[in-house]
Amino acid sequence: MSSSPVNQEPAVRVRDLRVARGGREVLHGLTFDIPRGEIAGLIGPSGCGKTTLIRALVGVQIVAGGTVTVLGAPAGSSALRRRVGYATQSPAVYADLTVAENLRYFASVLRAPRSDADRVIDEVGLGRNRGQTAATLSGGQLSRLNLAVALLGSPELIVLDEPTVGLDPVLRQELWELFRDLADGGATLVVSSHVMDEARRTDRLLMMREGAVLADGTPEELRSRTRTSDLEAAFLRLINEKAGSPA
Amino acid sequence: MSAAITFATMRRILAQLKHDHRTLALLVGVPTLLMVLLRYVFDQPVLFDRIGPMLLGLFPFTVMFVVASIATLRERTSGTLERLMTMPLAKLDLLTGYALAFGLLALVQVAVVLAISLTWLGLDLHGSLGSLILVALLDALLGMALGLLASAFARTEFQAVQFMPALVLPQLLLCGLIYPREKMASWLQAIADVLPLSYAVEGMQQISATPDFTGTLALDVAVIAAFTVTSLVLGAITLRRRTA
Repeated sequence: MSSSPVNQEPAVRVRDLRVARGGREVLHGLTFDIPRGEIAGLIGPSGCGKTTLIRALVGVQIVAGGTVTVLGAPAGSSALRRRVGYATQSPAVYADLTVAENLRYFASVLRAPRSDADRVIDEVGLGRNRGQTAATLSGGQLSRLNLAVALLGSPELIVLDEPTVGLDPVLRQELWELFRDLADGGATLVVSSHVMDEARRTDRLLMMREGAVLADGTPEELRSRTRTSDLEAAFLRLINEKAGSPA
Repeated sequence: MSAAITFATMRRILAQLKHDHRTLALLVGVPTLLMVLLRYVFDQPVLFDRIGPMLLGLFPFTVMFVVASIATLRERTSGTLERLMTMPLAKLDLLTGYALAFGLLALVQVAVVLAISLTWLGLDLHGSLGSLILVALLDALLGMALGLLASAFARTEFQAVQFMPALVLPQLLLCGLIYPREKMASWLQAIADVLPLSYAVEGMQQISATPDFTGTLALDVAVIAAFTVTSLVLGAITLRRRTA
């Protein structure tokens, strides 16, 4: 009884999550855990339900059934609003404000320290664009600004929907190093991607297809389980296994 | 609610406007231009003295309606609203931030139009300046609150822009500015009685006629304020933390 149950509580606990959109069920009873301090990759083709799942984790999605528990509290509860950072796939920032103005505003809404805006500007490498209006940023710079907002206030759980889309390989490498630093500092990250190449950088993979979890494990486990050397092949084998098995 | 977040939101909206010089110029310039045109179209000081104050109440109402409905629609469609809804921001923080920012803007707008009307255009105001500014400001806030509410029912900017003629022009026809309300058919009067702009125009008529703060004017002010608060509360209800 010496270890505290708080620490054993996973960062994310999802049980039988069902979501319907437009009268159609798009998530069919997902169940999984994400332990604290890990980078969890949400991998799957476009339209497989990644974004819907992410919206359920941050509590902006109306769910049809099941439970989503985040850091020990129901997803979206007011106690979590300063502890969870969230970046949508399309940049949700004010196009007519500068980089610094955007970050200062969101920082004050989060009651984060004033220095936080400068810290996250450096972390995502937008130092030279500080005074630039968001509307004039390139696509990659804009998505880094969008990411920077999610890092304000040093949240314990950081949920990022396709944060590396449109970035050149060097920047993508740098961002994954940043994600690793954040996880080493104790934060939990949930990062979605449709690029298999990014999957190998995660601690835990949730492979999704058509609103269901195909596989859940470390990249190493998935490779050995499917007896393949790369994750793209593992993904294909898992799809074939599922199609071949009597449902 | 948090005062710090409300003021941060107000400053953010003002900063957005500061970057948009053309919108700022239009906000102040268009009512001024219309007032100048009105003065020379009538070309009769007596008539201008009667109609001028009424329009001084209408311009901020109309302009704020359009600006507020587009601004909040953009907040909804760009994803910034969803982002804010995951943060520790109360819905009333956001709406009050908008009210403060647009209220300040309306104050500048009314001050400029009023200054030009009283000097260059020779407007002769019978009522008190303070009452006039109070009613004009309330009209602006009413326009803003209705615009915020209307934006909840618009999916696109095309629809949002259409709400202006749909919600504002009928009120303009019925409010007593174009034709006296008491001479309209009784069913039209009944409709006019529940529309907020009727009270805005009646308030301005009182101010242009007498320097006293009459009972009718007090009632008009109360009705406009009640409409504004109700619209803001209804607007808050339309902001959802969870969506499909």
